[in-house]
Amino acid sequence: MNTGKSHTMYPSTSGTSVVGLVYDGGVMLAADSLGSYGSLARFRDVKRLFKVTDKAALACSGDIADYQFIREVIEQKVRDDVCGGYTRELNAGALHCWLTRVLYNRRSRFDPLWLECVVAGYKDDEPFLGYVDKIGTAFEAKEVATGFGLHFAVPMIREAREKKQNLSCDEARKLLTECLKVLYYRDCRAHFKYQLADITPEGVTIHDDLNLKKETNWEVANYISGYE
Amino acid sequence: MMEVVDNSYPGFQFSNFARNENLVAKGFPMPNSRKTGTTIAGIVFKDGVVLGADTRATEGDIIADKNCSKIHYLQPNMYCCGAGTAADLEMTTQLMASQLELHRLNTGRQVPVVAANRMLKQMLFRYQGYIGAALVLGGVDKHDSHIYSIHPHGSTDRLPYTTMGSGSLAAMSVFESRWKPNMEAKEAKQLVRDAIAGGVFNDLGSGSNIDLCIITKDGATMIRPYDVANVKGQRQGKYEYKRGTTEVLSTTVRPIQIVAETVKKVTVEEMDTA
Repeated sequence: MNTGKSHTMYPSTSGTSVVGLVYDGGVMLAADSLGSYGSLARFRDVKRLFKVTDKAALACSGDIADYQFIREVIEQKVRDDVCGGYTRELNAGALHCWLTRVLYNRRSRFDPLWLECVVAGYKDDEPFLGYVDKIGTAFEAKEVATGFGLHFAVPMIREAREKKQNLSCDEARKLLTECLKVLYYRDCRAHFKYQLADITPEGVTIHDDLNLKKETNWEVANYISGYE
Repeated sequence: MMEVVDNSYPGFQFSNFARNENLVAKGFPMPNSRKTGTTIAGIVFKDGVVLGADTRATEGDIIADKNCSKIHYLQPNMYCCGAGTAADLEMTTQLMASQLELHRLNTGRQVPVVAANRMLKQMLFRYQGYIGAALVLGGVDKHDSHIYSIHPHGSTDRLPYTTMGSGSLAAMSVFESRWKPNMEAKEAKQLVRDAIAGGVFNDLGSGSNIDLCIITKDGATMIRPYDVANVKGQRQGKYEYKRGTTEVLSTTVRPIQIVAETVKKVTVEEMDTA
């Protein structure tokens, strides 16, 4: 069956980490607004986070083109539901499940959508936070991140949760901003402009054009000089 | 025909390289070297430095040692945490410790921390990265408090805080949010403990306990373990049966009766050395 055809197996313009956590009263997601072209910080206003319905939001890291494609497919899906007079609005759990099947099937055909997605929202009145991979790995957890976020942000969130099981909205926001700040310090492909989404039983609020540059502390630079 | 190993020139011998590649291709895997996975960290605080390390040593996917010591003694005023190949670390730090002691006796004064840094990097560079030793060197001398991170290829960085090993990212996230200059001892110890704990709980290559070493101008204190983070679970049930579980219906005692007694001499048989 091998006709010698092959599909691209590398991302071109890509986004870095996404971080999400469940708090007492909802779910929060954050992602920076950078589209990197290899090591070039090419597009600094990419909106990698979007609202799907009042019960779900999606953020993706990986190839931006694949993200834009899947976003359009999902937006059309929601439109079809509304126009067809939906009985049930697409919730986060359903979106997560659907996305898993799509991504897994694409990879099984050796034509993957090069994405690491975080689905956040509500499923049957319960806060939902899920992760889906380009190879179809999918799981739900109380704290989820992609890329470097897995190594830097998840330990931070777990530590905060150990001290206090249920985080309030303000605490969650502060923690997420702190995570993005550490990622900006330590991830070469991160940027200080970011988006934050807050999903509560009332709906989805997306804060765009946030900037953490003013909160960065470079005092430590005074203590570093030379290599010996 | 066996090849005799030529020991006349120093450095690593690569004469078995082709043979080893061949064996792997034929299906005989290379044995896994014992690595120290690891989370190690060091910070500078008001009165000196604090070094921290986890205690897990891995051999592939198996935990080889649940409680190994990764903070190695170099001099009374400096210690070294190590990540990478366990054997390389042990040998390198022991070699350095003896070289530094000779240096101290030769000069008649406390060894400055830069000396250890310089000696380590010159050795590691000479071996072009084949000695898998990634170190966090910390110490206090008459000039200042120092923390250095030394990489297997021989590059060094002098930093106010640093982490190394597989759990270094988890530990670094703690430092990046909470390190500030001139911390007090209590705060500094807690910070390093939390950083290593981040590695212990979030990195599979690190685990078990957390060791700390605090060095000030008055000397060094090794606290091993500082935190027993992973206590072995208590067995919940017992599988012993109480006496009387099996009911005794009847008892018959039949003593062994001696029928006959014979004496046989045992001769020592000569070893067959034919």
